[in-house]
Amino acid sequence: MAFLEIIDLVAGYDANIVIKGLSMKVEEGEKVVIIGPSGSGKSTLLKCIVRLVEPKSGKIFFKGVEVTSKDIDIRKIRQRTGFVFQNYNLFPHMTVLQNILLPLRVVKKMPKEEALKKALSVLEKVGMLEYKDAYPLQLSGGQQQRVAIARALAMDPELMLLDEPTSALDPELVDEVLDILRKVAKQGITLLIVTHELDFAEDVADRIIFMEDGKIVEEGPPHKLLYNPEKQRTKLFLRRILKRLHNKTINQEINSN
Amino acid sequence: MNPVFFIIEILPFLLQGLWMTIYVSFASFALGFLLAVLFAPLRIFTKEIADPPITAYVEVFRGTPVLVQLLFIYFGLPSLGIKLDPVLAGIVALGLNSAAYQSEIFRSALKAIPNEQVLAAESLGLSNIQIYRYVILPQALRVAVPSLINEIVALIKESSLVSIIGVAELTRRGEYLVAITFKPLEVFTAVALVYFIVCYTTSRLAKVVEKKFKIPGYRE
Repeated sequence: MAFLEIIDLVAGYDANIVIKGLSMKVEEGEKVVIIGPSGSGKSTLLKCIVRLVEPKSGKIFFKGVEVTSKDIDIRKIRQRTGFVFQNYNLFPHMTVLQNILLPLRVVKKMPKEEALKKALSVLEKVGMLEYKDAYPLQLSGGQQQRVAIARALAMDPELMLLDEPTSALDPELVDEVLDILRKVAKQGITLLIVTHELDFAEDVADRIIFMEDGKIVEEGPPHKLLYNPEKQRTKLFLRRILKRLHNKTINQEINSN
Repeated sequence: MNPVFFIIEILPFLLQGLWMTIYVSFASFALGFLLAVLFAPLRIFTKEIADPPITAYVEVFRGTPVLVQLLFIYFGLPSLGIKLDPVLAGIVALGLNSAAYQSEIFRSALKAIPNEQVLAAESLGLSNIQIYRYVILPQALRVAVPSLINEIVALIKESSLVSIIGVAELTRRGEYLVAITFKPLEVFTAVALVYFIVCYTTSRLAKVVEKKFKIPGYRE
């Protein structure tokens, strides 16, 4: 049995169908990166897995439990999975430390001492310990995202879903977040990451999935998919991204000269 | 007699009524606040069941004069076997009326909280009630603070209406003084002055509270 299995998923918002019959499997400990143009349903796919978006049809199994079944308490699944959002979504009225303590205390019902120890240790891991008493809006985007990652990690998730974790960041802040994610990837947690950072994907992923128009177009090991894709649509997408990257590099060179 | 001296002379008598004014306005604010905090999640989480009656409640209380509501409760309800003493009738009338306004304040404050906050809380496994209690309500309250303070000030002024049913608050005591001194100009100047000082102080205090509750780092 697969660690995570998605069968014939259809999902969207009202009449707008974004995922059009998608099936995939993820093995335990696997790091899977999903790439694809915006609007292709990547983010919706991640949200369906923990039912932040209700699928219209299809089935999702997480460790043999049918997540899509109406009879399960989805909160039990969410306690075992971590979700990192593009816009961090920290709770602005709470300090960094309180943000991490909240789910530990009220969801996991952890005793105070234990929760505090856990929170401080994850903050240390993402290098944000010294900011524990700061409020989210006093921090940079990169710092906020590191706290958001710590908040997800504190729950000891078996699966982490990361929805474009660096897309909202200024370019100079991207690396600090990617470095943390590289560390997380080494821990053995199963990861499903939507990103446009191809270098990072190549480093971290066991497999890359290219999605377009609500379906999987092609998938494979990073080397194969990035340098030697089979499908024309994958080639086109990669060329577009690389071109943008290339232009950016040239611009940077011009600016620095 | 010099009008200034006259006002100073009647002030102690008026100020005894001020306590009743403050009591009635804050008690009715508290009643309205409790109801509004209860209404808000009911409207969100049990949309089909609770929203229509609450909306009807809000429309009725906002669509009729508060004076009529007061008269209805004090003079009308006894015919149905519900008899309240004047102070309680005043608090209930103003409180029920304020609940309608505060409910609207909360509704727009809740709308100001981005849905992403709910998604983030859901993703961590919080229940609906926990999300309301720990994530939505504390943020919505901060958004609502300025409007809630306005509501208190409005209630302090509206509480003068309960003088009609014989509650011995500020206005009623003013009327009483006019009846025995025949000096309406001086008396009502004094009454207005006391209202003004109380309302002005309350809204100044509000600014302090607002600052204290502001989310650190938040830019407007």
